[in-house]
Amino acid sequence: MQLGEIAGLKPAQPMRDVFGDALLELCRQNPKVVVLDGDLSSTTRAKYVRETFPERFFNIGIAESNLVGIAAGLAACGLIPFTTSLASFLLANGYDQLRVSVAIAGVNVKVVGSHGGITLGKDGPTAMCIEDLSLVGGLPTFVILVPGDPASMHKAVQAAAEYVGPVYLRSSRVAMPHIYPEGDCPFQIGKANVVREGRDLTIIACGIMLAAALDAAALLAQEGVQARVLDMHTLRPMDVGAIAAAASETGAIVTAEEHLLHGGMGGNIARVVVQTHPVPMRFVGLADTYTDSGDPYDLLEKYGMTAQDIVAAARQALAAK
Amino acid sequence: MSETSSQNPNKQDLKEVARDLRLDVLDITTRAASGHPSSSFSSVEILTVMYFGGILRYRSHDPHWPERDRFILSKGHAAPLLYAVLARAGYFERDELWGLRQVNRRAEGHPVENKLPGVEATAGSLGKGISVGLGHVLGGRLNGLKYRVYVLLGDGECEEGQIWEAAMAAAHFKADNLIAIVDYNKYQESGPISREMALEPFAAKWRSFGWHVEEADGHDIQSLIKALEAAQQVTGRPAVVIAHTVKGKGVSFVEADYTFHGRALTPAQAEKAREEIQCS
Repeated sequence: MQLGEIAGLKPAQPMRDVFGDALLELCRQNPKVVVLDGDLSSTTRAKYVRETFPERFFNIGIAESNLVGIAAGLAACGLIPFTTSLASFLLANGYDQLRVSVAIAGVNVKVVGSHGGITLGKDGPTAMCIEDLSLVGGLPTFVILVPGDPASMHKAVQAAAEYVGPVYLRSSRVAMPHIYPEGDCPFQIGKANVVREGRDLTIIACGIMLAAALDAAALLAQEGVQARVLDMHTLRPMDVGAIAAAASETGAIVTAEEHLLHGGMGGNIARVVVQTHPVPMRFVGLADTYTDSGDPYDLLEKYGMTAQDIVAAARQALAAK
Repeated sequence: MSETSSQNPNKQDLKEVARDLRLDVLDITTRAASGHPSSSFSSVEILTVMYFGGILRYRSHDPHWPERDRFILSKGHAAPLLYAVLARAGYFERDELWGLRQVNRRAEGHPVENKLPGVEATAGSLGKGISVGLGHVLGGRLNGLKYRVYVLLGDGECEEGQIWEAAMAAAHFKADNLIAIVDYNKYQESGPISREMALEPFAAKWRSFGWHVEEADGHDIQSLIKALEAAQQVTGRPAVVIAHTVKGKGVSFVEADYTFHGRALTPAQAEKAREEIQCS
């Protein structure tokens, strides 16, 4: 069962391929964009830029701390550096540099963490990044983007370049289905999109879990429950208005993310809900654990991040209304 | 409002500049009752030569002049000295110095990029400067601009792994407009470097990473100028000037006690220090 299949969504290519295309397109449009790689450009698909614009592509080698520092210097020269690697390596090895050389002064560096979440799968817990959103959440000046379909990945890459200041963008290895019509995706930093309307409860999701949320909404509809689905593609700044409206208009909220629940999207949404319009909430994501290596779909199932898990959480939230 | 410091003031003038800078560091750290005066004192002649001895090209009235040489203070705990130098060079009013480590002021305990004009990089967690400097080198190439990038490192700072990642990369990118200067005062916070985490053979480490190495007496104006001018002539690879210095230079009882690393002098100590500096 592929993501989005229950909801009847059209399959698409892997998200990292989409990211590579989007980055190349951006480089064509904007000569100020430069790309830094931690020797993983084949994996992240930043290699598309290397092949076309070698003068604006730097493989810094397997040295993420240095990579981030160099990006800060390039940004100070008026360039727009996109740093790319696996999220786990870039954020964990480069964290001190992201904090000191980028975040504190709000330097215009873009950080693309590829293979976020558990669906990296077979390479196991050292390579997958279950904590990128909480790590970057600890850097207060960063905008955090987690697009959930190909059209929104293209828009997110553009938006990251246009925004002046630090941006984190999560990319993934798995394929996400098309949710928005190509070229017709509303994408504004800090503005969540309603991708399905409903009055009984709201499922708020980001990244690959957006497709799972739409699958869950289709299953719930068979039970006569109409779920609103909100694409929370920006985790910071968070769309407080959309969350408050979801709480007041639908009366229950389930969040779904491919990330540790501790420090992830759900807890931050709950902070908004309790301060605006408290309603029952349930949270789908990774409990306090690392995962096995394995097939991405097997992992989503074992660790409770499928459409069926969202449906179960929705039933609980509805029962608590 | 200085244009580039292309003039080369005589040695006596620069000694007087250095003396005034030490007094500024003493005054503002004593008033703040915190800071790192001894780590600032060891770098005084280095910054004096950079900003007032004809090494650095800058326009203090135009701090973002694209063709300026960059000076990156990587040993961020010498911030009081950097601020005193920038004020003297005309980047901002001297009044800013009295805001050191004070809330709602701009002279942060450690430098924050562009918080005050002329501050090129955020520092304070050590090891950051060469990487950021190398970014300026690569950016200058893409922008078609010719300038030099100077990075001042502490010696203890060279225990950070990032320094050597950046050293490797700077040689790889043949960054011959990048010059690092090490304030080699031989002490880190816990004691002598040779005891806590030995750096030697230090020059050999830089050479093995593909750098040209110059050594200088870090308190002798002519020695520093000679080494920096030699470093400027190097082609095809980056250069480092290892400046042998004395921690706390200029105040005998600070020179004699490395525990002054992270603390200011008391007002009474400051009075004694002032007399010594004024007589130097």
